[in-house]
Amino acid sequence: MVNKLLFAVFLVCAVQAQAQETAADNYKTYCVQCHGLEGNGKGINIRDMSTSPRDHTDAKAMSARSDDHLFKVIKEGGASINKSILMPSWGGTFSDEEIKDLVQYLRTLCKCKYGS
Amino acid sequence: MDMLINKMASHIFFASSLMVLPLTASAADGMAILNKQCISCHNLSGPAAQTLKEIWAKKGPDLFYAGNKYRQEWLVSWLQKPQRIRPAGEFYGNHIKTGPKGDEIDAATLKDHVALSAADAEAVAAELMKLKPHDDLIAKEKIESGTISKDMGEMNFDKFWGCMACHLIEPGYGGFSGPELYTAGKRLQPEFIASFIRNPQAWEPKTWMPNKEVSEGGIQKMVKYLEVLSKESVNGK
Repeated sequence: MVNKLLFAVFLVCAVQAQAQETAADNYKTYCVQCHGLEGNGKGINIRDMSTSPRDHTDAKAMSARSDDHLFKVIKEGGASINKSILMPSWGGTFSDEEIKDLVQYLRTLCKCKYGS
Repeated sequence: MDMLINKMASHIFFASSLMVLPLTASAADGMAILNKQCISCHNLSGPAAQTLKEIWAKKGPDLFYAGNKYRQEWLVSWLQKPQRIRPAGEFYGNHIKTGPKGDEIDAATLKDHVALSAADAEAVAAELMKLKPHDDLIAKEKIESGTISKDMGEMNFDKFWGCMACHLIEPGYGGFSGPELYTAGKRLQPEFIASFIRNPQAWEPKTWMPNKEVSEGGIQKMVKYLEVLSKESVNGK
């Protein structure tokens, strides 16, 4: 009985581990199309955009944005913070945990912290 | 008398076999072509990719729900004269590189789609239309009658929902990571368009198209706009 229970717990953990992707892999799959392979805001989609995607390597601009702010714009989209609708809401794609990891990944791209 | 009945029965059996033969031969050809020529690039049996590694391995769109997605007449025509639908291929990340002004499509990595004969295209399209695992999603959609002006549709598409970021609405305008949409009205079933916009992850859990939580009215406008767009002469290839 205990063995069966442990096995069930193991299975649940295994499924959850598979569902959670790393921030670097999520960025490479979803963010790069607009924010670019180097995170500099120059992805393949930008040619006809009315507003350029954020340059995630721009330490000055990124350090002016809190982690909560970045979490909100990823989850709910640009319109939620009165920015461009071209930045979509990714709440249907990422879990909250994945978004938190992405925020930390953005901090590695800008090599900056909020307020620094 | 028994012999006569037996003889008649064998004639009837032979005649009915002849009537069935062309149908089964055609179906067998379509399946054989799919399994021989298509399966290396397309997912024919499902399920959709569940991990990013599976997404990165994609070489073409999933076809295991083709019967819920495509218009048969478009399949027959396109398979004979295929033209690129995804400007950056699939998976787009495998076909881009950095350039002097920003990322660009690495055209050298893109391969043209194989062209089929008219008979093969008919047979393959007929087989693909049998693949309908998502009838449940399609049944939830109700397409309202009516139309929309191109200008209004474009405003909804570009300015309100920002779809042009990833999709071309004419060969020279829009983004590249998604499929072009100027032929979508001819290519896709309207219920599929509505369902995919409503919840892309219901079809492809790891798709790089986000759920923009488009309103019902917005979805209806989008379906009509794509239909109008596909009738434009410049896009009517």
